[in-house]
Amino acid sequence: MSQLNPTAPATVAPVSIPVRELAPWALFAALLAVVVTYFVGAEQGAFSLISGSDVHEWVHDGRHLLGFPCH
Amino acid sequence: MNARSFLINGLIAGLLGGLIAFVVAIGVGEPAIDDAIALEESAAAPAETEAHSHAEGEEEGHTHSHGDEEEGGITRGQQAGPGLATATGLIGVILGGLVGIAAAFAAGRFGRLSPVATTALVAGAGFVAVVLVPWLKYPPNPPAVGSGDTIGERTALYFGFLAISVLAVLAAVIIARQVLASRSAWTATAVAGAVYLAVVGIATLVMAPIDEVPDSFPANTLFEFRVGSLLTQASLWLVLGVVLTGLVHRAWTREAADVARREAAAAL
Ligand SMILES: [Zn+2]
Repeated sequence: MSQLNPTAPATVAPVSIPVRELAPWALFAALLAVVVTYFVGAEQGAFSLISGSDVHEWVHDGRHLLGFPCH
Repeated sequence: MNARSFLINGLIAGLLGGLIAFVVAIGVGEPAIDDAIALEESAAAPAETEAHSHAEGEEEGHTHSHGDEEEGGITRGQQAGPGLATATGLIGVILGGLVGIAAAFAAGRFGRLSPVATTALVAGAGFVAVVLVPWLKYPPNPPAVGSGDTIGERTALYFGFLAISVLAVLAAVIIARQVLASRSAWTATAVAGAVYLAVVGIATLVMAPIDEVPDSFPANTLFEFRVGSLLTQASLWLVLGVVLTGLVHRAWTREAADVARREAAAAL
């Protein structure tokens, strides 16, 4: 096979994925990112949706080491 | 290759990155956090220990609470173990998802670069924009640094700068693609770099500095913490980028082989 067409894979031009097809997946990933970043990076710090400090304390070391302002 | 496979590959790569970052954080980040918490407690202790010099057997693991009086039930062991893993794992997964989707956008949209090359570029640019540049402008601080009164302002500045940095990359890429239509790839790359640096440079000059490190805080502990934080995040992004690029490579060579086979069959 490769003898017949040695450069085959390299000559296949990359095809781009249409934006219309990408948009819903991008929206899903973005929403997930906002929610997770909020809870790991800011909940019970600058903002507080849940009372107490358990969320903050649980992710505490990660919040510091991942570069978020903690306290 | 479709949007879904890019996203799933990204989530897998990100989870692995988050788990490796957890291990790295234990080695290079936790010692500095422990030192900082010890300092915080010894600074807070005198008032209490003066009264009763022997702590009454309180060995239930001290959580360092910030201003809040209640201790909660979470121990240092939990914070440095499963708590830390939760944070790096979750952040790894969502970063992986975002990088996967960004790589899906990039594939086939940068001249003749293969999806493998564009995926590696996206991961590299992501690390610079999301970690390295914000780290330089607003370096992270260990426990015992930072006043609770300014947490709102500091959070706004940090996320604001992060957003500017990411938007600057997008702007640089869009402009570079315009340039690429009429000029060389070298020129386009140089323009992209210049646009990004100009935007984050101006933002760095304009946005308020944060300097809340007490004079008494040991410089070594601060340095160790900040380097540990950078290494933790770098390991996350490195694993994310390498694994995702590998997965895209596998999918791409398979797809390219399929196309070649179909073309060969059609030519007969
Ligand atoms: Zn803290």
